[in-house]
Amino acid sequence: MLPSPISIRVATEWLSARARWQPLEVAFWIVAFAAIWLFPDRHLILTEIAWLGLFALSLDLILGYAGIISLGHAAFFGLGAYAAALLAKYEIINEPVLALLVAGLAAMALGFVTSFLVLRGSDLTRLMVTLGLALLLRELANRLGWLTGGADGLQGVSIKPVLGMFRFDMFGHTGYAYSLTVLFILFLIARRLVNSPFGLSLLSVKGNPLRASAIGISVDGRLIAIYTIAAGYAGIAGALLAQTTSFASLEVFSFDRSADLLLVLIIGGAGYLYGGLIGAIIFKFMQDYLSALTPQYWPFWIGLVLVVIVLVGRDRITSWTAPFRRIASHLSWRTLARRISAASGERR
Amino acid sequence: MAVALETINLVKRFSGIVASNNVSLQIAKGARHALIGPNGAGKTTLINLLTGVQQPTGGRILLDGEDITGLSTHERVRLGIVRTFQINQLFNDLTPLETIGLAVSERRGQGLDWWRIVGSRPDLVAEVVEILERFHLADVIDKRTAVLPYGKQRLLEIALAIACRPRLLLLDEPAAGVPEDERHEILAAVAALPADVTVLLIEHDMDIVFSFADRISVLVNGALFVEGSPEEVARDPRVKAVYLGEEVADA
Repeated sequence: MLPSPISIRVATEWLSARARWQPLEVAFWIVAFAAIWLFPDRHLILTEIAWLGLFALSLDLILGYAGIISLGHAAFFGLGAYAAALLAKYEIINEPVLALLVAGLAAMALGFVTSFLVLRGSDLTRLMVTLGLALLLRELANRLGWLTGGADGLQGVSIKPVLGMFRFDMFGHTGYAYSLTVLFILFLIARRLVNSPFGLSLLSVKGNPLRASAIGISVDGRLIAIYTIAAGYAGIAGALLAQTTSFASLEVFSFDRSADLLLVLIIGGAGYLYGGLIGAIIFKFMQDYLSALTPQYWPFWIGLVLVVIVLVGRDRITSWTAPFRRIASHLSWRTLARRISAASGERR
Repeated sequence: MAVALETINLVKRFSGIVASNNVSLQIAKGARHALIGPNGAGKTTLINLLTGVQQPTGGRILLDGEDITGLSTHERVRLGIVRTFQINQLFNDLTPLETIGLAVSERRGQGLDWWRIVGSRPDLVAEVVEILERFHLADVIDKRTAVLPYGKQRLLEIALAIACRPRLLLLDEPAAGVPEDERHEILAAVAALPADVTVLLIEHDMDIVFSFADRISVLVNGALFVEGSPEEVARDPRVKAVYLGEEVADA
């Protein structure tokens, strides 16, 4: 029996299915940008969500797409934050966007150098290596007090207007529009990247490194590439924090930051790019709401949420949101069009 | 006789155990060469050495006369040494379409292409579809690999290697574990491999070996024991004694 011939058009459509924009995605970004005008009094927390979302997106690129777990991602975040703050304080680069790029490149350089440490070993090895690296950088920043301000943090940083036009304000209006724009652009690049042949090869390396190398893929090369890119994303997230708060302190390197980040990504689910963003929204609003109720005990509730997620997701905790995503994916353009035409048909 | 692959005094030791003992093997271009031997004879080690998964303790490996002993697995794949696995090594979360698409784009050197969406090159998609149809995977191209029937997974295992366009294909027990009614499909696929591809078949099933191979090497205790045409090997009393035993006597 001969198989039925597949048309190339259909195959192309199926191959590019992952890359197609879904209605919920479009709605997500419309709401995010509409918040610039709709919720002016919430811009400070929204700014935090934007850079935290970008930071989590960075972790998603290595964990969700390449299977590299990290408990020290704050190393790159912190480097980016200090780089941006120092560039501004010493007026080396006054324009924030340019400084942001330089901070990202610095983090990428650190990512490239340290990527060789995460190539081998189990998850536990990787957790320890990344954790150690972040601790190392924190102490380094502590010792270099003349440069970083040590335990007091880097004070007296003033950030010039974005593109020479948009001045940062204390309500976070400029900060949010700026952070969201940066997040959106980097998200588009990441989205393109994960749906490319390169992105597919990352999934293969994550799924079965033995076979990936047996079809000619340099597993180490791909891991180095994505780790370096992700480090750049984390550095830019850190730089956004420094620029929107005009401050950098040792806390940017802290273990808590790396651990919270993992939590954020797990809350939102890894491996579909939106997990970090949704996780950041949930995490920040939960923090905001719960710490208003019980300032000291809010981590209790976060802990509870984590335990519930583990119970629901069992051994696949990074993709515990998969069932919800499956439901959401039913809302495609086709079903949307069908519903609209059905509704308009009824009206007639 | 043009030689596709040659090993010279290949030795592999694991802390005292000699897994490969001075193996000097020649595989002719376009050959259908079978490698047989009892369990623990060192077949798997030899494959790992040939594909670069392990480095030999001593000796050299030549592909078309060129020394490739120091090259890594993926570099050897680019040169045309491709293998299949006895136990499926597939990408469970990808579809056959994505799996073959990945291999083809890697082979074309477009694997680092990060700006182009998967499936945006019509000629690549055409090649992927052709391979999937050739291996009877047309009806499952959009299913997750993990949910495919075992026989289809075995076909995908071979199709994936073929998508890398091998010059030398190492088939590691292609029909292992396949139910009787799906077996012929696998064997037909193996028989229909392009004639210009040199094939080294590692196999336990003597029916497959003798219907497929034009040359057989017998490996015992890590060393080459006997080599010859299927008739010679089948007739050889030492082989009968050491390895084939009753199976050949029955045949």
